[in-house]
Parts: sequence; structure tokens; C-alpha cells
Amino acid sequence: MTTFVGARKLEHSLMVYRRIWRGTFFGTILSPILYLSAMGVALGSLVPQMTQFGGVPYLVFLAPGLLCAQAMQTATIESSWPLFAGFKWNKTFEAMIGTPQGVRDIVLGHLYWLVVRLSIVTGIFLAVMVVFGAVSSATFILAWPAAVLTGVAFGMPMAAWTATRKQENSFAIVFRFVVTPLFLFSGTFFPIEQLPEQIQAVAWFTPLFHGVNLARSLAIGHDLDPVVLLIHVAVLVTVATVGTLIAFRTFRNRLVV
Amino acid sequence: MFQAASIPNLAGAGPRLRYHAAVSTESGIGEPMIHARGLTKRFGNFTAVDGVDFDVAAGESFGFLGPNGAGKTSTMRMIGCVSPRTDGDLGVLGMDPEENGPRIRARLGVVPQTDTLDTELTVLENLLIYGRYFDISYREAGQRATELLEFVQLNERRNDLVEPLSGGMKRRLTIARALINEPEVLLLDEPTTGLDPQARHLVWDRLYRLKQRGTTLVLTTHYMDEAEQLCDRLVVMDKAKIVAEGSPRALIEKYATREVLELRFPVGVQETLNGQLEGLGERIEHLPDRVLVYAADGEAAAVAAHDRGLRPESVLVRRSSLEDVFLRLTGRTLVD
Repeated sequence: MTTFVGARKLEHSLMVYRRIWRGTFFGTILSPILYLSAMGVALGSLVPQMTQFGGVPYLVFLAPGLLCAQAMQTATIESSWPLFAGFKWNKTFEAMIGTPQGVRDIVLGHLYWLVVRLSIVTGIFLAVMVVFGAVSSATFILAWPAAVLTGVAFGMPMAAWTATRKQENSFAIVFRFVVTPLFLFSGTFFPIEQLPEQIQAVAWFTPLFHGVNLARSLAIGHDLDPVVLLIHVAVLVTVATVGTLIAFRTFRNRLVV
Repeated sequence: MFQAASIPNLAGAGPRLRYHAAVSTESGIGEPMIHARGLTKRFGNFTAVDGVDFDVAAGESFGFLGPNGAGKTSTMRMIGCVSPRTDGDLGVLGMDPEENGPRIRARLGVVPQTDTLDTELTVLENLLIYGRYFDISYREAGQRATELLEFVQLNERRNDLVEPLSGGMKRRLTIARALINEPEVLLLDEPTTGLDPQARHLVWDRLYRLKQRGTTLVLTTHYMDEAEQLCDRLVVMDKAKIVAEGSPRALIEKYATREVLELRFPVGVQETLNGQLEGLGERIEHLPDRVLVYAADGEAAAVAAHDRGLRPESVLVRRSSLEDVFLRLTGRTLVD
């Protein structure tokens, strides 16, 4: 009865999620409603018609950005304290590698779990976007996997890094100095063309910029240049893959000593 | 030694699980369950385990006795195939951990030093998911979990979260979890450290039952009474090396006398004795708070001390123990 590598770790995450999902579900629905009504509808009414993307309302411009930012945030959180608990507080990973399960099972299991969790969070977010009338094309459904991929591109490098942490206070620094600045300056709230040119260049190197632009093009159904879209996808896939490969190494260094 | 008599008789329905008395055919008959020669573990410049040799036979209960930092846990982790050895030979169930880690681990049960239970899950869920790690179906894992929870007397807590459980209950749950795959060898790293006496005795009783069923037990401890209770044979470890090996009784016979006379003097007096105890026993050991006189007849030694005009505050004659063996071998007590 063999299954794919990481299947059992995914089962473990689902078993834990079955216990705690009620606590997170309300926030998962509330967050997009609050953001879209405050920033998209209320603030958006003060913003003139966008010149980009065929002149869509600000709400329509903003929503895919928030979608990806939400994916980034969810994945980063899932790859910080919960993983740290497995290494240090509960030591569930130590228990796991005492069984036939190995390091690759833990890393890939976490990857699959990120996909599941991100699918739930961004799926709900997209549903709220539809309710708000913030999508304007049938291609919007493709913004879903785009947002999940964006989250994974943050979650796996973060997981790799978490495995190297001995103290939990490192995580607050990541949120303050990585997640929040990216959230603000990766094209979520305004096109990066509004930024000075040097900073625009920096934005090109952040995964969130690629995720936001990918999801935005698909949700609005505009600027669907296949080459640009493929570049965005390639960047995200590369970051996620490299993060996973590094995680194999850092998890092993942490657990198999 | 005399385990059965000193363990409280705590009745409980034993599980109908199949416990293996001997190594299965794939590793050959008569081969030891665990075989180590020159086994070494280094972390950078620090040598945690320095060329140790030992064999553990099927059905045997084998112990590593030593103080904290002696290298017991590092040795256990190498046996458990979660820590690659730096040097030497190691065979577990007839296989090399380096090549067959997952296959070996499938047949081991592990009780780590600190509990690694999932505090977000219930008692039962902890057993179920752990069974899943061994590719046991939920149905089968559920049946085994019920039997095991009965065995460790936790069935009435099966649907409770792990976190509010007492230390002793968590330990028993960890032991139950380690048995979910019906292991041939059970590795226990300090199974009762931190437990109160009552909880310790309950754990000892369960382990003794497993031993009687033929499960091979390998345990580390720094409690000599635990080693005496549970181990058929043990090695004494100190500073990364094995310094003695044998059954508890043989070690005591070899390294200690039959009895020990403990003399406690008023504060300041012990330092002024200057050889007044010479010849009272085969050997004299000065501890910070008392003097140990090793003699075949402790009572006679006490009388002789009195005849010499010595007036200790308290006099105790006791049977010698592994603690004395350890003191003899290393010059230090086990639990500092």
C-alpha cells in the first residue's frame, strides 16, 4: 500500500486542519470582504479611472493584487510557526523521521499542504471578488492557480529558512521587513510604474510582482501576452522549485544529525 | 534481578498484538538484533560516541546506563536510523541503517527522550496518524489503537486532546504509539525521566509485560534502579565510551562488594578522619556528604568503626547497587 512521497505528511496536516479549521474560516471570509469594501469600493471611489488594463475601475485593478498578497501572507505564516512547532515545540518531525517517513516526505507533504490551504483561502477570496463584481473576464478562474502558485513561491523558500531557525522571534522580522514591504510595493495597490525607476527594477525581482501581474491579467482578461504570462509563471515556478530543493537540504540538516 | 516482586501488580487486559520474539528470517537465525563495532559519532570536534562495541540479542532487554552527556542518546539515534554514524559498523535487524533506514525503521518502535506527541490532536488521533506513517490502514490502526490504549490504561482519555495529560500519561501514550507497528525492537530513551514514583512504576510494569512477551527492549537510563528492574544486560557508558558490560548482578559482583556501609558524620568531621577508616572494608569512597565503606559484611564493618571510636551521625548498611558500580568505574555518581 505505497503512495506518493509526502502523502502521509499531507494526511497529518489535514487531520490537524480538521481540528482547527473553524477558528480560521471566519477570518478567511472576512478578510477579503473588509479589504475589498474599504480599499476597493470606498477608497476606489476616490481613484480616477485606471489608464492601465483598458481603463478598469480601481476595485477591479486592486482585487487580484490583494488576492496574491493574501496567498503570500497565508503561505508565509503556514511555513513559519506551524513548521517551527514541528521542529522545536511539538517535535512532530522528529517523531515522523523515526518511522519509515523521511525528510522528503515532510518537505513535499508541506508543499502539498500549502497547495490545499492556499486553494481554500484564494478560492474563497475569488468567490468574494465575484460577489463584489471585481472580475471582468472568464479567464478569472485561472487567477486561482496563479495565486496558489504565488503563495507556494513564498511558502517553500520560507519553509527552507524556518528549518534553520533556532528562535521563533525571527519570524516577526520577516513579516516586518519582507512581507509588508512587498505587500505595499509590488504592484498590489498601484502599478509599479508609479515608483522611481530604480525601485521598479527591484520589483521585477520579487515573486509577488510576477504573481500579482499574472493574476491581474487573468482576472481582468487584458494584457494576455502569452510570453509575458509565461515569464511570470516561470519565475514563480523557479522560486518555488529552488525553495523546495533548499528545503530538502535545510530540513535534513536540522533533523538528521 | 527481582523485578517481578518489586513491581506493583497492576492488572490490565493485555493486547492481543503479535509481538515478535525473534528476528525474522530475512536477517538470518541467531544473528543479533543490533550489532555495533567501533561505533562512533562525532559532531565537529566533539566526540559523542567513541568506538563502542555491543550486541543485542533477540528478546533481550538491554540497557545503556550512564550520566547525562555520556553518549547514550547519540547511540540510540544511530540505532534508530535517524543519525548517520561517523565511523564503525552498525547492523540493525541485520541491515545497515545507511542503506536501509526506512526498512529498518518500519520494524522499530521509538520512545524518544522528550515527548514528541502532536498536542493539536487527540490521544486516539496521535496513534492513528502515527500508524499511517507505517502505511497501516485507518481501520487496522484503529483496532490496534484501542488495544494499545487499553494496555497503557488510557482508553477513557482516547478522545481528549494530548495537552492536558499528565507527564506519566503522555509517556504511556508515547509507548503505545511506539507499539502501533508491532515492532520487533523497542528503543526507549530515558523512559521514566521526570516522572513521579507512581507513574514510573506503572511504566516499568508495562515495559516488563512487553519484555515477557519477547519484545526486544533497548533502553537508556541514568537511574540505576530502572536498569536493575528492566535490564537483562547492560553497558555502563561514561564520556562517550563503554566502561563495563554485564548483567546488573554480575556488574555488582565484579565492581562492588556485597554490602555497603554508609557513614554520615557531623559537618566538618569527615575532613578530619585522615585514614581512621582504613581497613574497615575492601574500599573506601569519600562523597561530599558521606563516606561509603565497601565490605562483604556491612554490619561487621559498622561495629569495627564503632570500636575504633568513630561516632558518625548516621549509619546505614545496604545492599550494593549499580550506583556503586558506576562510582567505582568513573569516580562520580550517576545523577549529580
